[in-house]
Amino acid sequence: MTAQHPRHLVVVGGGMVAQRLVEALRARDEAGTWRVTVLAEEPLAPYDRVALTSYFGARDVSELTLGDPALWEDELVTLHRDRAVTAIDPQRREVTDRLGTVHRYDELVLATGSRAAVPPIPGTDLPGVFVYRTIDDVAALRGWVEGLREDQGRGPRARPLRGAVIGGGLLGLEAAGALTALGAQATVVQFGTHLMDAQIDLGGAQALTRLMNAQGIAVRTSTATTQIRPSRRTRAVGRLDFADGGRLDADVVVLATGVRPRDELARAAGLEVADRGGAVVDLACRTSAPHVWAVGEVACIEGRCLGLVAPGYAMAEVVVDRLLGGDATFPGADTATKLKFHGVDVASFGDAFAASEGAMEVVWADPVGGVYKKLVLSDDARTLLGGVLVGDASAYATLRPLVGTALPAEPGAFLLPEGGGGAPSVELPDDAAVCSCNNVSAGTVRAAVTEQGCTDLAGVKACTRAGTSCGSCLPLVKTIVGTELERAGIAVSTALCEHIALSRAQLFDAVRVADLHTFSEIIERFGTVPAGESGPARGCDICKPVIASILASLGNGHILDGEQATLQDTNDHVLANIQKDGTYSVVPRIPGGEITPEGLVVIGQVAQEFGLYTKITGGQRIDMFGARIEQLPQIWARLVEAGFESGHAYGKSLRTVKSCVGSTWCRYGVQDSVGMAVRLELRYRGLRSPHKIKLGVSGCARECAEARSKDVGVIATEKGWNVYVGGNGGFAPRHAQLLAEDLDDETLVRTIDRFLMYYIRTADWLQRSARWMEEVEGGLDGVRAVIMDDTLGICADLDAAMQAHVDSYTDEWKAVLTDPDKLRRFGSFVNAPDVADPDLAYVAERGQRRPATDAERSAGATLIAGPTLAVRS
Amino acid sequence: MTAAPTATGVRVCALADLLPERGAAALVDGVQVAVFRLLDDTVRAVGQRDPFSGANVMSRGIVGTRQGEPTVASPMYKQVFSLDTGRCLDTLGYEPVGGADPDLPVWRARVVDGDVWLEPTTGEG
Ligand code: SRM
Ligand SMILES: Cc1cc2nc3c(=O)[nH]c(=O)nc-3n(C[C@H](O)[C@H](O)[C@H](O)COP(=O)(O)OP(=O)(O)OC[C@H]3O[C@@H](n4cnc5c(N)ncnc54)[C@H](O)[C@@H]3O)c2cc1C
Ligand code: SF4
Ligand code: FES
Repeated sequence: MTAQHPRHLVVVGGGMVAQRLVEALRARDEAGTWRVTVLAEEPLAPYDRVALTSYFGARDVSELTLGDPALWEDELVTLHRDRAVTAIDPQRREVTDRLGTVHRYDELVLATGSRAAVPPIPGTDLPGVFVYRTIDDVAALRGWVEGLREDQGRGPRARPLRGAVIGGGLLGLEAAGALTALGAQATVVQFGTHLMDAQIDLGGAQALTRLMNAQGIAVRTSTATTQIRPSRRTRAVGRLDFADGGRLDADVVVLATGVRPRDELARAAGLEVADRGGAVVDLACRTSAPHVWAVGEVACIEGRCLGLVAPGYAMAEVVVDRLLGGDATFPGADTATKLKFHGVDVASFGDAFAASEGAMEVVWADPVGGVYKKLVLSDDARTLLGGVLVGDASAYATLRPLVGTALPAEPGAFLLPEGGGGAPSVELPDDAAVCSCNNVSAGTVRAAVTEQGCTDLAGVKACTRAGTSCGSCLPLVKTIVGTELERAGIAVSTALCEHIALSRAQLFDAVRVADLHTFSEIIERFGTVPAGESGPARGCDICKPVIASILASLGNGHILDGEQATLQDTNDHVLANIQKDGTYSVVPRIPGGEITPEGLVVIGQVAQEFGLYTKITGGQRIDMFGARIEQLPQIWARLVEAGFESGHAYGKSLRTVKSCVGSTWCRYGVQDSVGMAVRLELRYRGLRSPHKIKLGVSGCARECAEARSKDVGVIATEKGWNVYVGGNGGFAPRHAQLLAEDLDDETLVRTIDRFLMYYIRTADWLQRSARWMEEVEGGLDGVRAVIMDDTLGICADLDAAMQAHVDSYTDEWKAVLTDPDKLRRFGSFVNAPDVADPDLAYVAERGQRRPATDAERSAGATLIAGPTLAVRS
Repeated sequence: MTAAPTATGVRVCALADLLPERGAAALVDGVQVAVFRLLDDTVRAVGQRDPFSGANVMSRGIVGTRQGEPTVASPMYKQVFSLDTGRCLDTLGYEPVGGADPDLPVWRARVVDGDVWLEPTTGEG
């Protein structure tokens, strides 16, 4: 509902905090009392700056989008991108943007963030010197490095590119990681005595330095840079000069020496600005001018500007509450940080430097393994005040919320590896902050389960927002949700249904290990016996298809053999996909989307003879719709005769391996993508799995096959193939993540074999690989360890299982056509097997037929009645 | 006391024509019926029209049990129905199409000398 005359809120800046503010306002202002105009300087809709570095891996800006893009379509929200504000006039309540347009406001919020600080030394304006704050910065940095590499590749003396980062804080380390990701060497030049000196102590920094060195990143501390000098040859950046007389050659330099609040508008408009910058605000986030608020990094609150996103979000919530008539105040900043890049964990929380009166430190360090952990405790050694964790921050999620409370176990239990290091299980108090990004307490997470009826992690995330930003709190949220569900008696039931108390993965292993081959054996052995019964019940529509799929994954002959037939869903039972009117669709396999003209002709003829509606699918093949159950064998007899096979469009199994044309014809193709797609499709055809599986193969990085939206995506490189896993379209799209690079053909196939088998063995029923990757132990790294480094010692077994599948494959339709018993199930009526369903009715549309709608039926407009539609004789 | 069954109603097929724990469709005076053979060789019969899609598909659903009661799940949108009473046990939040009754009509099914006979019931479904 929209109020008659909504008031007008203008937000200057379209960064992370602005996004949160608009989102929160639209969620809470149900009556529509506000309309919002966001004037943003950057050309992109608000994106996740915290995840900026992932842009180097992802290369896809859309992955950084914050929140639901639909927010910007809301009729009460207007986002102007590329529209910096040039002046504000608090007296007239107006702002002017760079196009000279004036916007009047009822209330104004400044959310202009910070800019990267540029140190006052000569040479920062040379080509090849970058800051690290926006997508544009990052894209420019990448372009520069790639450009250099190309030039060098052609030159006679190719040498590694040398990168330098000035600044050894959080940002500097991220930038150094990004440089190495781009294939450059990186040296971090730190003015202070140690890395990350604002967050961690010397001991932690020593461990961190060792870990950095192990990643090929050099570190120079206590070093002041005096000048950046150009190379005489290129006139671009060439080297750094240091105050101690030292120097460092560099082809690219990143400045990461801190940030400065973008308070220039506030200054010009006469708002109170702090000595060290930032628009001064009170605890309600009000600036010194009436009707003007400031939030995020530009705001100086409690005497300082905070360079983290969590306090910015808290400020956004405060302003929203105030705009809606509330009286919220800023709750104080949680400056805890956890950083993870290239597998190195660093966390700091609370009083990390033991500055409190009488504070004690308990330290555990393993210099060889590069681990350093310190807890800061009150003088009686009971209350946790803060801590530093480097190299292993697994205890962070448990410890951070405990700051200010008594430690529930011996400090050592939280520090030592093995046994204690993973942090003892702890019952957090309701008011403990679990998700600092979104300010969600343990109590709120619990209430989502107990009061709002969420029954899984996804539900709780949606309902509380916990875990939806940096994700570092997810393990903890998951544990709390699990405990709460158990308590609610919703026993985090992984049980399939009332007949099988195991999860699919458990049942899969049990069936494999116990070597069972029929439904009866399985239900006998693992079925639940209902109260008052002597034996287990007979299963249902939930457990039967799961067991059918497990049996099929383990290779138990034709899916319609013996008892297996009774377990199949109608699609698997008649090897076709049911449609809305009860007829079926027919999809022959077209491996890699490659089809001969002769094959096309046959499909055309079959469709014509049986009057089937024909369409090219989104999976690069041809679907024929409207086949009646009793027609399926006749249709397939024709297709099989012409050399076609089942496309398994009906099964939870391999669908298609989509391919681009690749080096066969395309002028850019670097590998034969069609050949590889056909090879993969023929290898995995018929492979039954927890959900459908799709693959894609692109012949070069242009990615015309959209392989990264598939469960397994293969993209050709000059040297071989990159393989990506865990992609998905559908309800919750996800790009596949890079698993391995530059594989040769054989290694590629073996890697995919193992990935698919590992997924098949451990995923839940109807869990696509993308969702599985979110839950599987260790995520992408865990999967890589298992299938590339064989950390579980199961690779030989996975290889053998896939080989068994490949060896035992036969075409399901061909087998049906030669088996009179199986053919019997295709009669329309048991007492009239050739009579067509008399209720089917069709109308013609665009030259084909489609099911009549109810209105068309009652209007008698039906043009073609099902049973009378003649099969051409 | 067990009376010898008298064959009334309509014979639709032999028991041997049906697969255990699966359904088949039958045409009885122009009406479509879904006939199921359970594991104990007794037979159940309900309407073939799925109330939630309007398609004639009930015989193609998966047979199972809920708390011991024999059931069939619609192959279209997966609602579960009792095979004893025809009652829809779980609408899954859907509405039947065209304001239809969510429950299925039931036929009395008997096996006499290896043949399956159907008789409409007027009993509450
Ligand atoms: C025919 C087709 C649409 C078309 O006309 O192009 C299609 C049709 C159906 N899709 Fe699809 N999907 C088709 C391509 C896709 C694609 C595109 C692709 O594969 O590149 C996607 C997104 C990619 C993906 O899967 O991640 C897609 C995502 C889905 C989903 C969502 C899956 C998810 O993880 O969220 C479903 C629902 C499901 O499987 O649970 C679905 C389910 C269905 C079902 C099976 C729904 C149903 O139960 O009746 C449709 C019936 C197919 C039939 O009767 O043959 N279809 N579907 C496409 C067949 C491709 C093929 O040749 O096999
Ligand atoms: C690489 C990197 C990693 C980081 N990692 C972390 C982390 O791990 N944890 C953490 O808590 N924080 C991290 N941060 C900091 C975090 O990104 C910021 O705290 C957060 O983005 C602040 O949000 P904001 O909305 O105040 O400012 P911003 O997100 O900077 O948004 C301000 C926006 O206002 C625009 N703007 C400025 N002036 C005008 C004008 N006159 N007119 C119109 N628009 C204007 C700017 O262009 C910008 O888009 C990181 C930052 C970077 C760069
Ligand atoms: S998008 Fe929806 S309607 Fe279209 S084919 Fe897929 S499932 Fe059917
Ligand atoms: S702490 Fe960042 S998402 Fe929860």
